[in-house]
Amino acid sequence: MKVKKLINPFLQSAEAGAFLAVIILGIVLTTASPQFLTVSNLTFVARGFSFIAIASLGVGLVIITGGIDLSVGSIMGLSGVIAAFLSSHGFGTVLSLSGALLVGVIMGFLNGILVAKAKLAPFIVTLGMLSIGRGLVYVVTGGWPMQGLTKPILFLGQGFFLGLPLPVWIMIVLLIIMQIILRYTAFGWYVYSIGGNDEATRLSGVFVDRIKIGVYVISGFFASIGGIVLTARLGVGETTAGNGYELNVIAALVLGGVSLSGGMGSAVSALFGAALMGILRNGLVLLGVSSFWQQISIGTVIILAALFDQIRLKYSK
Amino acid sequence: MKVGIEPLLKLKGIEKSFAAKVLDNVSFEIEPGEIVALLGENGAGKSTLMKIISGIYTADVGHISFENSTLILKGPKHAQKFGINIIHQELNIVKNRTVAQNIYLGREPKMSGFLGKLGFVNYRLMKSDTEKALALVNARQIDPNQQARLLTTAQLQLVEIARALSMDSKIILMDEPTSSLTEDQSDILIELIKKLKSDGIAVVFTTHRILEAFGIADRFVILRDGKLVSDVPAKSATYENVIEWMVGRPIQNLYPKTKVAIGPEVLRVEALSGGINKKSDFTVYKGEILGFGGLVGAGRSELMYLLLGVNRKKSGSIFLYDDEIRIKNINDAIRLGIGFVPEDRKNQSLILGQSVRFNVALAGLKQLFKKGLFISNNTIDRTTSEYIKKLSIRLHSSKQAVRSLSGGNQQKVVLAKWLLLQPSVLILDEPTRGVDVGAKAEIYQLLGELVSKGITIILISSDLPELIGLSDRIVVMSEGRIVKVLEQEEATPHQVMYYAGLNEKTAEVVNERNLQP
Repeated sequence: MKVKKLINPFLQSAEAGAFLAVIILGIVLTTASPQFLTVSNLTFVARGFSFIAIASLGVGLVIITGGIDLSVGSIMGLSGVIAAFLSSHGFGTVLSLSGALLVGVIMGFLNGILVAKAKLAPFIVTLGMLSIGRGLVYVVTGGWPMQGLTKPILFLGQGFFLGLPLPVWIMIVLLIIMQIILRYTAFGWYVYSIGGNDEATRLSGVFVDRIKIGVYVISGFFASIGGIVLTARLGVGETTAGNGYELNVIAALVLGGVSLSGGMGSAVSALFGAALMGILRNGLVLLGVSSFWQQISIGTVIILAALFDQIRLKYSK
Repeated sequence: MKVGIEPLLKLKGIEKSFAAKVLDNVSFEIEPGEIVALLGENGAGKSTLMKIISGIYTADVGHISFENSTLILKGPKHAQKFGINIIHQELNIVKNRTVAQNIYLGREPKMSGFLGKLGFVNYRLMKSDTEKALALVNARQIDPNQQARLLTTAQLQLVEIARALSMDSKIILMDEPTSSLTEDQSDILIELIKKLKSDGIAVVFTTHRILEAFGIADRFVILRDGKLVSDVPAKSATYENVIEWMVGRPIQNLYPKTKVAIGPEVLRVEALSGGINKKSDFTVYKGEILGFGGLVGAGRSELMYLLLGVNRKKSGSIFLYDDEIRIKNINDAIRLGIGFVPEDRKNQSLILGQSVRFNVALAGLKQLFKKGLFISNNTIDRTTSEYIKKLSIRLHSSKQAVRSLSGGNQQKVVLAKWLLLQPSVLILDEPTRGVDVGAKAEIYQLLGELVSKGITIILISSDLPELIGLSDRIVVMSEGRIVKVLEQEEATPHQVMYYAGLNEKTAEVVNERNLQP
């Protein structure tokens, strides 16, 4: 049973599936396409999934507490156009960024209050906020792309540092911060604890409501960062930016091994999941698969990942 | 037994074991139209026996005959075919469906002809049949098309009985039918049970309100530790007899309570009320174990919730060392040095999927394990292993999920979580429920050590020997009020049960029939 002993700790970690899939997919794609394992392709892929990964870090926190945040796609879009709007009205880089981030924080705060204090179902609250956010995008832009982002903001999306695109750097920094929060702060412990057992956490003297509001605020804040970087990458404030991203984010998290019933997952899950989706997409493009079939493949992989997770849980018991 | 009446149901030598023997050689008979009160302490085997009669469990050993032929039940549906129906304490009602849909759930009358074959339900027939069934329980005021969630608990109980009657019952088993009813509602139910009797339907029910059983039962069947200790006509029994039979077991010397000198007052509660709790006062002294006895639903846990700020109090003051304290939420209580081990370990105490060290550290995270922004995993590891050793929690590793521990060890994890905060008052709600005997003894030992170190303990327990063996004084509650404070010398199971069963109405019965213990 030596093999089982070696495999077991691996099977018990929630990120196992995504990690394994990334490796296998990497090997398959390397043999199938000479373009895959090149610095320029991988850089391109990493930047491609960084926006989803950044938003996933925040939503992951919400999901670990047993909630869900469907509003992140709209918050991404709204923060992007707010940054463009403020820039184009001459507010300068710092004020434009602060304004855009503040919008994410406010929307996250509203989500949190409604979930924690008004006791509404997170699914409903954030579904409503999804619609409100996207509506506000159209109100701000009038339906037209918004020009006028300042040079420093554009650099956040398009620039490079030490050979890596800036969005990838931002993703890495946020990943490290999130991993530290989850593992080494009381807040992080409470996030897991609430997801595992809300009532027991409350009776242990934890202000559960505050923590819940906190995770939605962080989710909104991270979505804002993702939205700003995405908009900067696109160069203009697009009305459709971030549209439908909430589903990609949730898919990435599930692929990364975050349980939708709460209490399990990590920051690394968000990264692996987003990476898996990004690499899969890239591979299908390199292999010349039509975009219609790409959608079908990604859907299949999500379901397979959930199946794998069930089997993993059964086996590791 | 009267000559000439054939028993409807005969049980002979019924035995059933789960981990331990729950029923041991139980035999009795039920006649048509007889009302039998099945009595016993928690864990005496009443519910298991009911479940065997209604086909939910099968007996390991024993013979059941029904109308003079052997009865082997394959399940509750099968039992219903013979006219044996059970009404559980937790009602089986789908709240978002109508009364009629609930009564005919799973056996909806179909339309005639082809549409019926396709599965179309004949709503008109279902409604008129429901009306008939409701009329049988004198509940014509309930609309068959009303959603079940709009009904009161008492009405739902009637709906359940109507369902049983609509299936042509010969025996109806009721598990604690009055536990969630008010006095007036219980009276209606009792009238109904008498009506069923006159229609020739036998009723077997369990209750914790023993005096209530005197009012309706024809016969008492009393279980203790899985054995039938008494089967007597109600007329020939006294309240005292019944309690004697129920609790008659000698109290084992499990309780090594070292005599601790009782010190000055620690906690005083004055006129605390809210929810079901009427104004309550009590005082606890240093080194004391103050027990709280009473029936399930007497408001013992709820009183503690008010004290701890878990539920909002309506009135009352709390004094700690004679200083009035304000507790807005449990966090305030913890800060003031009050620890709380709740009743339901799985739902209120533990994060089952997380590790032992995670659970042990949870309540003390902010006060003890934070250094600046971050928590110190080293300190947590050190403290956790210290308490694992102190409480001799048996495990492979402190990183093991709490889920995989036994009930006793899980409870020790909960105790460790609170003890490392070094509380001055520790409130324990049913601390040994679902804990094996060995771990129980260890927990008792631990409580003894805690009081000798000067910790004050409030102990809620429904386990009478435990409550009496450990407590210095026992506060007995009934229906949200404190009815008696018993000193250790005068505390007997009889006394506790006697006061626990009291309420304004039953107190009269006691006086009338001179049932004083």
